[in-house]
Parts: sequence; structure tokens; C-alpha cells
Amino acid sequence: MYQEKLKYDWLTIGLYFAIMLFGWINIYAAGYSEEHAKVFDFSVQHGKQIIWMGVSLLLAAVIILTEPRVFSNTAYAIYGIVLGLLILTLFLAVTVNGGKSWIDLGFFRFQPSEFAKFATALAVAKYMSAIDIDMKNLRTKMVVAALIAIPAALIFLQHDTGSALVFIGFILPLYREGLSGKFLIIGVTAIVLFVLALLVDKFILLGALAAIAVLYLFVWLNKRTSRDYWHTIAVVACCALFVFSVDFVFNSVLESHQRERIDVLLGKSDDTKGSGYNVDQSKLAIGSGGFIGKGFLNGTLTKADFVPEQETDFIFCTVGEEWGFVGCVALLVLYTLLLQRLIVMAERQRSTFARVYGYAVASILFIHLFVNVGMVLGLVPVIGIPLPFFSYGGSSLLAFTILLFIFIRQDASKNQLL
Amino acid sequence: MSNKYADRSHVVRIIFIVVFVLFVGRLAMLQLFNSEYKERADRQSLLNITQYPARGFIYDRNGKLLVHNEAVYDLMVIPRMVDDLDTNLFCQCLGITLDDFNERMQKARKYSPYTGSIFMKQISKEEYAKFENKMFRFKGFYISQRTLRIYDLPIAAQVLGYVGEVNDADLKRDSYYALGDYIGKSGLEKSYEEVLRGIKGKKVIHRDVHSREIGPYRNGMFDTLPIEGCNLYTSLDADLQAYAEDLMSNKRGCVVAIEPSTGEVLAMVSAPTYNPNLLVGRIRGANYVMLNTDISKPMLNRALLGEYPPGSIFKVAQAMIALDLGVISPNTGFACDKSLVGCHNHPSARSVREAIKMSCNPYFYQTYKRVIQQGKYKNYNKDAQYGLTVWHDYMMRFGFGQKLDIDLPKSGMSTGNIPDTAYYNNTKRWYGKDRWNFHTIRSNSIGQGEVTVVPIQMANLAAIVANRGWYITPHVVRFYGNDSIQDEKYRIHHETGIDKKYFDIAADGMFDVVHVAGGTGRRARVDGLDVCGKTGTAENYGNDHSVFIAFAPKDNPKIALAVYVENAQGGGGSWAAPIAGLIIEKYLNGEVKRKDVEKQYRECNPCQKLPLTRRVKKKK
Repeated sequence: MYQEKLKYDWLTIGLYFAIMLFGWINIYAAGYSEEHAKVFDFSVQHGKQIIWMGVSLLLAAVIILTEPRVFSNTAYAIYGIVLGLLILTLFLAVTVNGGKSWIDLGFFRFQPSEFAKFATALAVAKYMSAIDIDMKNLRTKMVVAALIAIPAALIFLQHDTGSALVFIGFILPLYREGLSGKFLIIGVTAIVLFVLALLVDKFILLGALAAIAVLYLFVWLNKRTSRDYWHTIAVVACCALFVFSVDFVFNSVLESHQRERIDVLLGKSDDTKGSGYNVDQSKLAIGSGGFIGKGFLNGTLTKADFVPEQETDFIFCTVGEEWGFVGCVALLVLYTLLLQRLIVMAERQRSTFARVYGYAVASILFIHLFVNVGMVLGLVPVIGIPLPFFSYGGSSLLAFTILLFIFIRQDASKNQLL
Repeated sequence: MSNKYADRSHVVRIIFIVVFVLFVGRLAMLQLFNSEYKERADRQSLLNITQYPARGFIYDRNGKLLVHNEAVYDLMVIPRMVDDLDTNLFCQCLGITLDDFNERMQKARKYSPYTGSIFMKQISKEEYAKFENKMFRFKGFYISQRTLRIYDLPIAAQVLGYVGEVNDADLKRDSYYALGDYIGKSGLEKSYEEVLRGIKGKKVIHRDVHSREIGPYRNGMFDTLPIEGCNLYTSLDADLQAYAEDLMSNKRGCVVAIEPSTGEVLAMVSAPTYNPNLLVGRIRGANYVMLNTDISKPMLNRALLGEYPPGSIFKVAQAMIALDLGVISPNTGFACDKSLVGCHNHPSARSVREAIKMSCNPYFYQTYKRVIQQGKYKNYNKDAQYGLTVWHDYMMRFGFGQKLDIDLPKSGMSTGNIPDTAYYNNTKRWYGKDRWNFHTIRSNSIGQGEVTVVPIQMANLAAIVANRGWYITPHVVRFYGNDSIQDEKYRIHHETGIDKKYFDIAADGMFDVVHVAGGTGRRARVDGLDVCGKTGTAENYGNDHSVFIAFAPKDNPKIALAVYVENAQGGGGSWAAPIAGLIIEKYLNGEVKRKDVEKQYRECNPCQKLPLTRRVKKKK
């Protein structure tokens, strides 16, 4: 068998390191205190994070040394193990911040939901790489949907809504593999309608929808068939149904803290001391950073612990306050470069497995970035998920490293004959 | 199949870019185009604590301390930080009721829940000591050290002035001040406010979410130390001031004493006066109301604010002007013609010197007539216009009719009045253009009529004669600060432009007033000193005012002064002259030997009975 030299994508690896190191600097700043100023102080978070970084690099090395086909061959097995862990979690979990997603191993508490992401990515990629797969096929859709929904549902049961929502990201690799674009449009429309339904009077909203439908039929379309009429009416009817179900979902399905967070986001509540406190402080910290920030370790709010969860989910505040607009944009550029690079890499894969997996990696990272930064900037309701490679947290750093390096390993041997 | 949907990668990549742009836009909105976040962030995490500088001290000319400071403590509160307070204990420590406590807290909360405001002000050192060790139990409260003025001697109240809280106008005018700050309200405290106040220091404290102090913000990078105010070294002689104030007790009026060669004010008394310590601290409010409503106006500085008819002391200036104009000569004599203007019984003056000695009214009637009607114009009224203009110019050079540029607040000063042509030409108040002449304004000749003079200007007239023709603007502060800063304007000689030889005549005449038989101010005599003086008896609506200006010694004078006693029964010779003599004796000899005289003038009330000295002398 002809074997070409392995070509690792050093740009991706470089971006990974850059983000991780900048992340560590901000974890150090967020938890900074005079008595724990030493870098290798393992009693505090920035010291522990050094250990996690070391473990992550070790794992990355192991993955690099592993034959890429091991992952495709064991994809379902890994998926099965993680599902088992998720079910186990439901019974064994300790409660942390109201969520039941942590298993306490004594020396280390870990979060199986973090690992469910790459396991699901592997399983979906494996399934999609089968020869007779066609996304137009209803059976295929159902199977893929099940592969994604089962872990998501289990995580949802752990009251970790944020991590469950991340699975929405799988719509992008599926879209790339032929899933109709209508699903993307439906998804976006649903979000827009949900927000509008909460903000605007429902009958006004329906009137507006009807008006749009009429405009569509009689202004946009030149020739109208009876099919067009029926389709339009069906769409409007679905929308109406959705709009009226929003109240039910909002009041009965969502929990009270989730309702409050959405109210805060939509400006219907400005309780800056209660449910709105976190986002308000987060905006204060970022807004007060100005153009170049207050400087490393000089964030007045950061140092004074005004923003809760600042090492983990709200780590972006630290960047905003101490590094300012310049630092924030630089970090976003790093992420955007990484995402773009991952798509470029995915597109150059010969195997469907590697391509789907690559898209899944990019999408999962993207959803995290979107939800996390969006939340900190007050664009998305408060949903507690970490910023990949950046937030403090062993499980998430390990899981993201595995997720990314499996793809880097695949990519390195893309030219090998299978 | 794999590349069938390859174009869709662009859709995905565009989605990523759109989110990036959305975030950058939002960040720009938060960080670049909105300063509200920065202000709120600073407000909640930083605490600015002002450190107040000690106000400059004030000394007299001999280095005696007149004003210093005492530390007091303002109890500050940051309402948001108050937590777990033992209200009972707290109220007990401060000696306030629960209602009082709630009211004060309400006020502080209204000001700002995040920043410190005064909960209770001016707690004395002794009061503070009682609960200092319990302060740690009162979270949210802290102490801000302030200083209060202590006036070491109960003298010179109107000159020193007082310090009070800033008002809205002060806050608007000068950004140095914050609500609750103190500012000089009158006297030297006001005119030297910027010298005395120093520079405030600032401490920026970083506090955490629980309002606990983390430490100095950025290691104190923005902290500044307060810089103490400069000390004022005044020209006042505390002993002389105290002595003069003592003599002026039971009277209304004033004394201004100047060192002629320097223009330095040695004493400035306005009677009745008050103890300046009354206007300090928490008792200030009540005392201010009391003093301000007193009909005798003790807070007024009569020496600067009182506009009085000068009476006969004005004749000295009239004589100098007439001599300089050449309308009379030193040996010009006029008959004492009482049909022109009333006079007392005395022989006719045969010279300017004798006229000053005897203070002959008809003599100066004639003299002034020659000044006003110089015969330059045929039209008698026009001629008077010319004469008055010339005369007015001379008078301005004597410092009359204008605010002398003394280093006390201009708002507490009067100009006095030296009428000019415009004054009489004003039809609304007076006669109208060319409708007046000497005969309409003749009262001015003897310092009555429309002429008014401020006591400081009278003392300055004495200084001008003492200097034989020039003066330095009177001032109270010799220099200030460690670098002994002096104001250049208090070194300039203001010349009257009148020949020295005429002033020698005036000095001779003023010597005779005190020392020669027939002189009007013989009670100013001090054995061994050649006091020169001039009496004045100013007619007004009530009893005559008693005026005396004097300087001594005759050559190289060390002191020039004016004494003005309001509504005294008897003329300048009976009240003001002996008081002036005592003050001169005190200053030049260090102590007054004539204890009986001193006692008489200190204790007598001029409004009630004639001076005892007259009776004593009659007995002899």
C-alpha cells in the first residue's frame, strides 16, 4: 500500500494553542488574588487548568498516534458507551448549579454530556458514510434524527439545557450532505416567530403574517397555481399554530428561570439585581473595557468578582474588560479563522466520514461560540455553555480537544488510500 | 455524490461570517459608542475618598498665631454597603434617635446608594474617641477627617472672616468644590481662599461585589496626597488690634491703623464686633442667624463698608489741593466770617497751618471757593464745572471716591463719594448741566454735603500726610506661603502729585492741632510723642460722628490711623482724638501709662453721656 507522509494542519493546531493560551491568561485574571498569584498554584482554577491543558495535550498526542480508521470502526461503540454513561448520570449525578450532569469520581468530577458531542459526531459521520445514504430518504432522516436526539434528550433530562441545545448544530453537516435548506429556514423562522410572539400581540402578528402571504402570492409570484395557494395557506396555518403554542411552551415547558432569562433578553424585565444581574454585570464589564481595555489584571469588575461564573461561562467578560474591543475582536478572529479553516479542511476530505465529522466539529464549536458570546453580549438568553478551549473546565477542554484532534488526525492522512 | 452539495459549504461559511460581524457590531456598540457602561462600572467598583488638606494658618505681624485648625470627623456612609448594623448600638454611640437615624439614612440613600455621603458632620475628637473602637462593627460607614477653624484670639472677626459650606453658586463657579465642602465666606478667609484652601487629595479604593475593600485601585496610581494650604502672614498687630477693639467696646464705629511707609494695616476694628469662634462648627448656623439679625450689624466691616461724611479731616486734603493749584499760598489768611458758614469761636487764621490747627470753617469755605471758581470761564456755572473736574482729579489721587485695592473681598467694600460734574449734572438727582456752581456745592468744603469717605480712606489720608504726598495701597497680608509670596501691587507708590513742601505745612498744622493752645485735638496728646492729628465732627441725622485722623511720630511716622465713633456727643476732639492717642501710645510705647484715661474711654458709652475727661479737667 502506498503511504504518503502524514501532513498535519499546523494552522489549526496553532489556532488551538493560541485560543487555549489566551483562555488561560484570562482564567488567571478572572480568579486573580494576591495570595494566589503564582502560576503553578494547583489549589486554584488557573493552576488546575494547567493540569487539564497538560492532560489534553497528552490525549491529543495519543489521538495523533492512533490509526484514523480506529475512530470510524469504533464510532458506534463509543457512541454506545457514552449513551450508557449519560443514562448512568441520571442516577449517579451530583447536583451542580441546579444541573444534574456531573459524575463524581472522587478525584475528578466529570460531565459525560461534554463527551456526548464528539461521540454523536462520530456516530452521525459513520452513519452518513454508508454507501446507500441519501438525505432525501425519510428513513435516513429518521435514523439520523434519532442518533442526534437520543443523547440530546438524555442531556435535557439532566437539566443541562445548554448542552442539549448544542445538538441543533448537527443541522449544518446534514445540510451539507443534502438535507433540504427548508429545515434551516424553518429553524430560523421558528426562532423569529418565537421571539415575536413573546413581544407582539398575537393577532397583530397573525395579521402581519397574512399580509406577507398575500404579498407573496399576488406581488412576488407572476403565475399562480392552485398548489401555490394551498402551500401558502398551509405555511400560514402552521405559523399560526406555532405562534399560539408559544405561550404554552413558554409558560408550561420552560422553567421559571428560563422564562426570566428570555424576558431579560427581550427587555421585558430589567431586574438588574435578580435574574438580569448576570447579563447586566457582564455588559458593564465589557462596556467599561473601551477600545484597548483596562489592561491585564486591571479589570475592576473582574478583580472584584462582580460577574458570577467569570472563569467558566462568562470568561468573555474578562477579555472585554481587560483587553477591550481590540482583544475581543482578536479572539473572535481566531475563532472565525478556525471555523473557516475547518470547513476548508472538511471539503478536502476524500472520505464522507471525515467530511461529515469535520462539519460536525465546526458546527459544534460554532454553536458554542454563538450561544456563549451571544449570551455574554446580551444577544442570546443566558444558557450556560462554555467557550471552547477558553473557559475553565477539565471536561470541556478534554472533550473539545478530542473532538478537534480526531479530525486533525483524519485530515493528516486524507491522502492515504483506504 | 460527495461534491453534489459542495457549494453548500459557502452557505455555512457565510453563516459563520455573519455571526462574526454581528458580534463585532455588538461589541462596538457596548465598548466604543456607549460611555454609560464605563461610568456605571466605575461607580460600583471604585470609591473615591477625598482627603481634605489642612487650611493655611493665619499669623499676625509678630508671628503670633491668629487662626489654626482642629481635626474633626465627618461620619460618612455608603448606603449600599450598610449591612448587619446594630442600629441600637450605633444610635447610642452617636447619641441620636432611631428616627434621626432613619432620616439621615434616607437622605444619604437619596444622594447615592453607591457613593459616600455625610451621615453626621463635624464630630469632635472627643466624641469620635468614644466609638472609634466600634467602627469596625458599622459596615458601610467610614470616617473622613476634616478641619475646623480655631480662632486663637477673639479678635479681628470681620478682617479674618469666616468659613462656611459652599453654596450652589460656588459649586457652579469652581469645580474644585463638592457638596459639603467649606469655603471662605468673608474677610481674609474669602479673599485668600485659593491660597488658604490647599489642594485636595484623592484616594481611589477598589471594592468588590460585597463592597469589601480590595485595596487601592491600581496600587494607588490615581491617588494624590492632599497639599496643605499656604499660611498667611498678616500685617495685623494682634496686641494693638485687641487693644483697639477693647477701647471701641460699647461704641459703634471703627479704627484703621496703617504703617504709612508700607501701607500695611496694623489694626482694623469695626465695633461692635463678635468672637469669630461663634461662626465655627455645628453652632455656626444658630449664631449666624443671631449675628445677622442684630441691628447693630456686628458682621459688617465698617472700616471698609461704612460711607461717612468725613467732616473737618477733609480740610487737610482741601488745603493741599488749593496750595498745589496756587489759588492760595501758605500764608493766605481769611477772616473767620461766620455769616458764610458756622464756626466755633477762635481767632481768624492767618495761614494754612493755623487754619488746620483751628479747623476754621469759613477759611476752607473760601479756599474751596477758589478751587471751584478759578475764573477760567466767564460763565460762573461753567467755571464751576472746570473747577470741580480739577478738584475731583486731585481727590481721586488721594484714594477717595474709589474702592482701594485692599486684599479683602471687594463685595464688602464701599467707594465713598467724591462728586464730579456728571454727578451734579444729573437732573434726576441733582441740578442739571450748568445749573450749579460753588454756592450750590459749598458744603463739600468742610467735608459735609455730598462728600462721603470710607474709614480706610481716612486712614489712608493720614498715611499720605505722614508720607508727605504718597501712599501704598493698604493691605492686610504681608506675604504668604513658605516662599513668602508678596503681591507686587502693594509695593507701588501712589503719588498725589502735590509738592512735599505743602504736606510739611499740613504736618505742622496737624502737630499744632494736638500740641498748641487752640488746637482742636489736644486730647490726643501723648507725653513724649509728637502726635499729629486732625479732628472732624461730621453732622448727620443723629448725633454728630466723632472723627480723628492722626500719625506719629511727626518725622518718619510709624503709624497713621483714623478713628471714627458714630453718633458721639461732642466733636472729633472729645471722643476720637483721645482714643487715637491711646492707640498710638500703645503701638509706639508698647504700653499705655494713662490707665485712668484708658478706663474712661473704654467703659463710656458715647451715646449716653459726655466723656468724663471734660469734667475731670473742669474740676482741676
